[in-house]
Amino acid sequence: MATTKTLTQRIVHDWLPVVVVLLAVVLAWYSAAWGMNAQGAIERVLDEEAGYTQMELFEATMTMERPLVPAPHQVAADFYESLTEWPIDSPRNLIYHVIVTGQSTLLGFAMGTALGLLLSVLIVHSRTLDKALLPWIVASQTVPVLAIAPIVLVVLGSLGFAGTAPKAFIAMYLCFFPVTVAMVQGLRSPQKIETEMMYTYAASRWQSLWLLRLPAALPFLFPALRVGVAAGLVGAMVAELPTGAQAGLGARLLTGSYYGQTTQIWSALVMSTLLGLALTGIVAGIERLVLRSRGAK
Amino acid sequence: MSDTAAIETAAGATGLAPWFWPGIVLLALVAGYSVYRMAAIQGRSWVGMATAALFGAWVVLFWEVLVRALDVPRVLLPAPSLVMGALWDHAPKLWGDFVQTVGKAVLIGWALGCGLGFCVAVAIDRMPFLQRGLLPVASLTSAIPLVGVAPIAVMWFGFDWPSKAAVVVLMTFFPMLVSTLAGLQAAGKLERELMYSYAASYPRTLLALRLPAALPFIFGALKVNATLALIGAIVAEFFGSPTAGLGFRISTEAARMNMPLVWGAIVVAAVTGSVAYALLVALERRAAFWHPSVREG
Repeated sequence: MATTKTLTQRIVHDWLPVVVVLLAVVLAWYSAAWGMNAQGAIERVLDEEAGYTQMELFEATMTMERPLVPAPHQVAADFYESLTEWPIDSPRNLIYHVIVTGQSTLLGFAMGTALGLLLSVLIVHSRTLDKALLPWIVASQTVPVLAIAPIVLVVLGSLGFAGTAPKAFIAMYLCFFPVTVAMVQGLRSPQKIETEMMYTYAASRWQSLWLLRLPAALPFLFPALRVGVAAGLVGAMVAELPTGAQAGLGARLLTGSYYGQTTQIWSALVMSTLLGLALTGIVAGIERLVLRSRGAK
Repeated sequence: MSDTAAIETAAGATGLAPWFWPGIVLLALVAGYSVYRMAAIQGRSWVGMATAALFGAWVVLFWEVLVRALDVPRVLLPAPSLVMGALWDHAPKLWGDFVQTVGKAVLIGWALGCGLGFCVAVAIDRMPFLQRGLLPVASLTSAIPLVGVAPIAVMWFGFDWPSKAAVVVLMTFFPMLVSTLAGLQAAGKLERELMYSYAASYPRTLLALRLPAALPFIFGALKVNATLALIGAIVAEFFGSPTAGLGFRISTEAARMNMPLVWGAIVVAAVTGSVAYALLVALERRAAFWHPSVREG
């Protein structure tokens, strides 16, 4: 397939379409900024009495103070300024918020993955738990945990847990579900002939779990981890929304929306996007390493 | 509410009887054994549901008993009876919230988002260039905390349901697009060649073979999106809403420490999510009864 292609062909075949789509998105963004800001620009910036040219109007929409839709270059400028003009420990630097949010996401992700693995092993080995627990685990995801986030924070705060732990708890709740469901599927994926072979070797349950079921479940686990880490990030960000959260990308979004700092909202969004992509990218990299060491393609 | 509070303090004041903990342990053993026996019943279709229901009932019972006996503060964890009471007392209010959030924002946003995702997927199915461009971008969006656009949506569309519906549309669009595209690739080569040998046109092949084969993928996305839509709408209400809505109720009552009503709103959301999920599963069984994934489980 792709191995037979030259580099140029591969660039044209795989990357050109993506670049075209991304360019279209940027263009659409610019035109949206132009269209949606026009009204405000006419009212606030331009002098209606003296009249103005279309060119002046366009320029005004691109350089407003608090635009309805900031133009991409405004967001990029705000983003760059936040990263370069402030020290890392200042709340005006986005990196500071990324560290805060990333910490609770990763902690929650680790806890959620551990919980998911434990639950899935228990469910696969016990019919009682399978029938009693699994429906509730599915139902648990219809509870908008994000909605409980403020309460959990208030409650844990009154117990003296503040900072990372409660946010990580929310992230964990969102992480454990995809891992549990995928691992139950994965641990049951070995075929009958393989399980019977373990039986003929007189392997204990524990051995067949360790030697057969877990390796067979790996291809199921990693996609779930990718979903889980993204869900955990959303959880951590929403957990930062309730008042009292001073730091983190979620808090940054909220303060931006309180004070009408649109550009700040957008650059926080861009940052959370980058963080999400970085986290899933790391998981995908680990996946590649692990599966390659196991002799997958 | 005041009489239940009186009972609570009375229970707390009398202290725990010496037989309390052994009694709890005994009851737990009975509960575990009953669930175990229930799960062991062979070959009845209702066993799964009944086991889960029994397990849930035991959990609620223990919750009630322990919360009352140990005098857990109501802010931390209200007893189920209190939550039921709040549901009963505030039914009209919660019904209004339900209509505001689910009836308007979630339903409209979910239908629009899924519909758009489906249509775009079918439209770009014929253009490999656009597929190669859009698919990576659309898959990456799953790593982005899209809920973050809520404050921007509130700025554009105001406080009422259109802004929530906009967030829901954005959140549900991409999963539907990716799933539908994957589903359209699901039909086997053999079947496609059969259609080709019948000289079937592209639309005919789409309707007779590829869309039916894609149904499990499409329903998968519909189910995931139902939960996503609910969460998206509720979180979007944290950023500003009219004086009704589940998200509004949760955030205001949490601020007033009226936990039973907060949990009542959460119960409403959870039941809504579960019912929507169950409805979609039933619909899938009707629509794709012939498909192996449905037949086998």
